[in-house]
Amino acid sequence: MNPVANQTEPVIRIESLYKSFKDVKAVNGINLKLFPGEFIAVLGPNGAGKTTLVEMIEGIQKPDSGEIFIKGKQWKNHHAELNRVLGISLQETWFIEKLTVKETLILFASFYKLGEARVKEIIALIRLEEKEKAYVKNLSGGQRQRLALGIALLNYPEVLILDEPTTGLDPNARRELWEILLKLKTERNTSLILTTHYMEEAEYLCDRIIIIDHGKILAKGKLNDLLQACDKHEIIEIGLLGPPPFDFTTVPGVQKSRFNSKDNAFVLEVKRIVETLPLLLKKLEESKTEIAELQCRTLTLDDLFISMTGRHLNA
Amino acid sequence: MKNSLLILTISHLKEFIREPGSMFWSFGFPILMSIGLGLAFSGKKEIMHGVGLIPSSNNQEILVRNTFFGGGVPKDTLIEKRFDNENGLTRYAFHITSWENAEVLMKRGIISSILTEEGGKMVYHYDPLNPEGELIQIQLSNFFKYGHLGQDTGSIRPLKTQGMRYIDFLIPGLLTLGIMMSIMWGVCYSLIEKRSKKLLRRMVATPMRKTDFMTAYWASRLVLTVFDSVVLLVFAYFFFGVVIQGSIAALALIFLAGNIAFFGLAILISSHTANTQVGNGMISLITTPMMVLSGIFFSYQSFPPWAISVIKVLPLTKFTDEVRAIVNEGAGIIDVLDGVAILGVFGAVTFFIGLKIYKWF
Repeated sequence: MNPVANQTEPVIRIESLYKSFKDVKAVNGINLKLFPGEFIAVLGPNGAGKTTLVEMIEGIQKPDSGEIFIKGKQWKNHHAELNRVLGISLQETWFIEKLTVKETLILFASFYKLGEARVKEIIALIRLEEKEKAYVKNLSGGQRQRLALGIALLNYPEVLILDEPTTGLDPNARRELWEILLKLKTERNTSLILTTHYMEEAEYLCDRIIIIDHGKILAKGKLNDLLQACDKHEIIEIGLLGPPPFDFTTVPGVQKSRFNSKDNAFVLEVKRIVETLPLLLKKLEESKTEIAELQCRTLTLDDLFISMTGRHLNA
Repeated sequence: MKNSLLILTISHLKEFIREPGSMFWSFGFPILMSIGLGLAFSGKKEIMHGVGLIPSSNNQEILVRNTFFGGGVPKDTLIEKRFDNENGLTRYAFHITSWENAEVLMKRGIISSILTEEGGKMVYHYDPLNPEGELIQIQLSNFFKYGHLGQDTGSIRPLKTQGMRYIDFLIPGLLTLGIMMSIMWGVCYSLIEKRSKKLLRRMVATPMRKTDFMTAYWASRLVLTVFDSVVLLVFAYFFFGVVIQGSIAALALIFLAGNIAFFGLAILISSHTANTQVGNGMISLITTPMMVLSGIFFSYQSFPPWAISVIKVLPLTKFTDEVRAIVNEGAGIIDVLDGVAILGVFGAVTFFIGLKIYKWF
């Protein structure tokens, strides 16, 4: 658990949240707490229910049942107030194309009764000084996402909710956005709910990870706790020149074996590589099977996700 | 500057002004239309009638021969004959040709009447519903009988009074049409586009007041339509001499009411439309019938009576009729009050219904 969790009230508390569209259960009984200064990643593949969940927290969609408390208050009676607490960035928002970066920020700042001084601060924070006079339509994907983040940050929000803020960005643009977010955490104790299907984003940024699929939480906790909770910690990936001469699970220590067609290799989940690898190599040598490729690594979030759902995170 | 209503209004204006295409449709198009149609219907100095002349097989067209060609035999060519008339120059182009060829010329609109001669008498072949054919018959039979196109009883005084020319009829129509188009495309389409790009939902997820947002849209569009209309009226004054004969205050009032009417309609139409393709269709479905029926280019009085009663309740008809009454008939505020009330109430009702059911997300 986050160290601050025991001392403070959560900024967001979600209880038994349900939302269906026709016969699809988009959010199916989710409970969640977010504490001040805490970064949470909501991980899941496309269609897992991430956007529906965050849009209910943002007050954009209404839950079928369940409660959402933001600083102890609900959307029903505190709409204007809660809009000032949250800073949000929707998935793929287009701003007015023929306004400049600065004009767009001035427009949104006016909704919070903020002036040009704050706009200047934000432009510096999102590092768009050189683009402040550029039309929004002429921005790159990364610059647009930084502008969306800048708009989310205008009102000094206590809680940021970002829906896939780095989807489609190159690694540099992604890292630039991460640095801005980490700065907010250390300097302003901002809390964050981030949806993503990039596990490295969750690993790098967030204190806690929530894995959801089909609207349900499959696992939640700190990354290490999640991986520790899994009995199998390590992975051997092996590619062969011929067909496998035996069932890999017959090798002592191998708990699970699957074929990864993308890399044309077998993925073996083992307790300890140092114990299992010599036995495996010996057996392969005895059966005169040639090895094309061999890789040993620790378990990642993606492995964990596949192990839980049978699907890749970014599928 | 922190006033969000003002900043929203300025942003909407900038968004529009920075789009060269919309600037053309808003300012250039009405002026080009007025030049084109104004010149086509007002600037003509002579009237031209095309007539097909079929020589009979035994070459008996004595009347035509004697009248037009001094007794000589007409050749198979185009012969132009001018008639001076105090109403202006009327010009006849006689195409001496075969019946088959004359039919082709008729289908192409080059001639509107075919003449044959039977037993020393002219026979006029034309579509009885075509007034030009009828006019040709009257004029030519006069000519054969009296030697001139018009009857010599009574006299003609050409009307050149302002307010009675076609261009005077056209300019108020172009003005109201421009306002409708500007609002329906500029507000309705733009709102649908903002919804489809999720900008609406992003904006209402701030403390922005929805009334500010809508008011800013209305105000920015009002500024633009005032500008459009002034440009058109100034142009029409200097180029065609169109003057506003009635009260400017009445014009301002009906202008405001028309703006409210179409703004309300735009909000209602855009209230639930999710994407711009559907939006395109919806806007065209609303604007095209009004453009055709509301008497913008030609009077709707030639429609059947039952249709006229329907046409008269269309907001564009009401708006155009009132603007015409002010510009051409010298109407004042009292004369247009019922129109102002009808358009204002129509706008308010459609606006509030639209706002009530508005889909912001």
